[in-house]
Amino acid sequence: MYRETQIIKHAQKASSNGGNLEEAGDLVINVGPQHPSTHGVLHLVITLHGETIKNVEPHLGYIHRSIEKMCESLSYRQFIYVTSRMDYLSSHINNHGCAMCVEKGLQVEIPPRAKVIRVLMDELTRLASHQLWWGAMAMDVGALTPFFHAFREREMINDIMEETCGARLTMNYMVPGGVMYDIHPNFQKRVKEFIEEFKKKIDEYDELVTGNIIFQNRMKGVGYLTKEDAISYGCTGPTARGSGVSCDIRKLYPYEVYDQVQFNEIIETDGDCFARYLVRMQEMRQSLSMVEQLIDNIPEGDFQAKTKAVLKLPKGEFYSKIETARGEFGVYIVSEGGTTPYRIKFRSPGFSNLSALNHMAKGYKIGDLVAIMGTLDLVIPDIDR
Amino acid sequence: MKNENEILNESKVSPFGEDSERASVAFPGEVHPTAGGGILLSKLDEVINWARSNSLWPLVFGTSCCAIEMMSTAAAKYDWSRFGFEVARATPRQADVIIIAGTIVNKMAPVLKRLYDQMPDPKYVIAMGACATSGGPFFYNTYSVVKGADHIIPVDVYIAGCPPRPEALLHALITLQQKIKSGATREQIRNGIGN
Repeated sequence: MYRETQIIKHAQKASSNGGNLEEAGDLVINVGPQHPSTHGVLHLVITLHGETIKNVEPHLGYIHRSIEKMCESLSYRQFIYVTSRMDYLSSHINNHGCAMCVEKGLQVEIPPRAKVIRVLMDELTRLASHQLWWGAMAMDVGALTPFFHAFREREMINDIMEETCGARLTMNYMVPGGVMYDIHPNFQKRVKEFIEEFKKKIDEYDELVTGNIIFQNRMKGVGYLTKEDAISYGCTGPTARGSGVSCDIRKLYPYEVYDQVQFNEIIETDGDCFARYLVRMQEMRQSLSMVEQLIDNIPEGDFQAKTKAVLKLPKGEFYSKIETARGEFGVYIVSEGGTTPYRIKFRSPGFSNLSALNHMAKGYKIGDLVAIMGTLDLVIPDIDR
Repeated sequence: MKNENEILNESKVSPFGEDSERASVAFPGEVHPTAGGGILLSKLDEVINWARSNSLWPLVFGTSCCAIEMMSTAAAKYDWSRFGFEVARATPRQADVIIIAGTIVNKMAPVLKRLYDQMPDPKYVIAMGACATSGGPFFYNTYSVVKGADHIIPVDVYIAGCPPRPEALLHALITLQQKIKSGATREQIRNGIGN
């Protein structure tokens, strides 16, 4: 529970912090829920010995909107819109994962045009998400300029999305059976313009931040996560790939057209903050190359398979997983055969990644905590749901 | 003491009005020309409100999706510093306006109240997006969402949208400036510092 900021007077074994021995003179402080570097409303209760972190205890629920419960009363077409509000930086990919799970239950094969459009949108979303992460993380560790650079390019993606989907952030574009509308006539032209522009800019990103010696000193050798720990905490996405775990769903369990495009799964083995940073930076280049491969090869045809107006899933349990910008996003639907799901469970990548925070931050200074959280790329509504 | 509606009716809160652009920059008062210059006559309250409205420091308070659009508004393309909102503060003690960007749930409600109480007077509130206005997409079938931030703290300007476009946030901020100039915000009415 919430603990007042205090200096521990007598050594005691606190029951609330997993049996960590608190010595006299330790300081208990609260970070959040209103704190700019927690990226939302995460609440951390930190036990410090001097400046060294002894224990970090995340408190959740400050943005728990009961999305899973809401989904139980929404039909299979309706519930997709709330999932864009979970991980709002990967809203396309969340919609995609849910649509895929419903399609699995309906056993609908979606047309090839829809598959390619979906992958294009996913990769553009991943780029936008990583751009924002890059700007926000650099801002956390003390560099303000990258934030403005990142948003300048992110606005180009937002404009592309707005033209086709009608929204800048929460798209609701993927529906069971395909995508909601066909792409805008300008789509290909503007994506090509963006690719040309961003190819130059991503080199600029590297020049500006990656090679910066102050930045590297903040990142290297901080927040170690070994391969075994990454697996045992259930980390996925760039967080785990920075520790050498091969866990890219796009590569291991290819969906849509990911088995037909050329891309590499980026794995770094150092396991520190800089490794996680490098994974995301290289993933941006991979996404860019995927978009480039697909943008001229969108097949003609329908953008949506023919489905019934009211969807009914057969009785049973369905699970599908997808790679968001943060890791593995799983959708688990239990159906009783009706028009609404009996139960929905979302496996969000942020929740598992956050669980490793205590392990990663222990023993480092409190200033490093911001860098560690920055490279975890947390989205709190995704964790709380 | 006038009530709030009377003041609102009298005031010139008309963002689409002809003189709205001029009204947002013009210094209040009349110039009486004299030999070698002029004398400006103005009400002290109006001068104070004019000064306050042009240096609003927003509190960085983003709970969910709207926070990203708020960041977009602050960033290169939309650039809210053009209108005087550049100095986003992380602590409520240095902020004038709280932009509630996102859903407020039951666990967050006391925190929002506490942040509002910690802000120094005069303070203003903008409810950004459908969630902060009324619960929005999370109005039905949910057990944890506060149906509108105005259940917790008084709100001056509401923005529709899920999430609102950055232009909508800029419009809301300009509307708030005009409201402050005409002394029509809830804080000013409560403290009797409206016109």
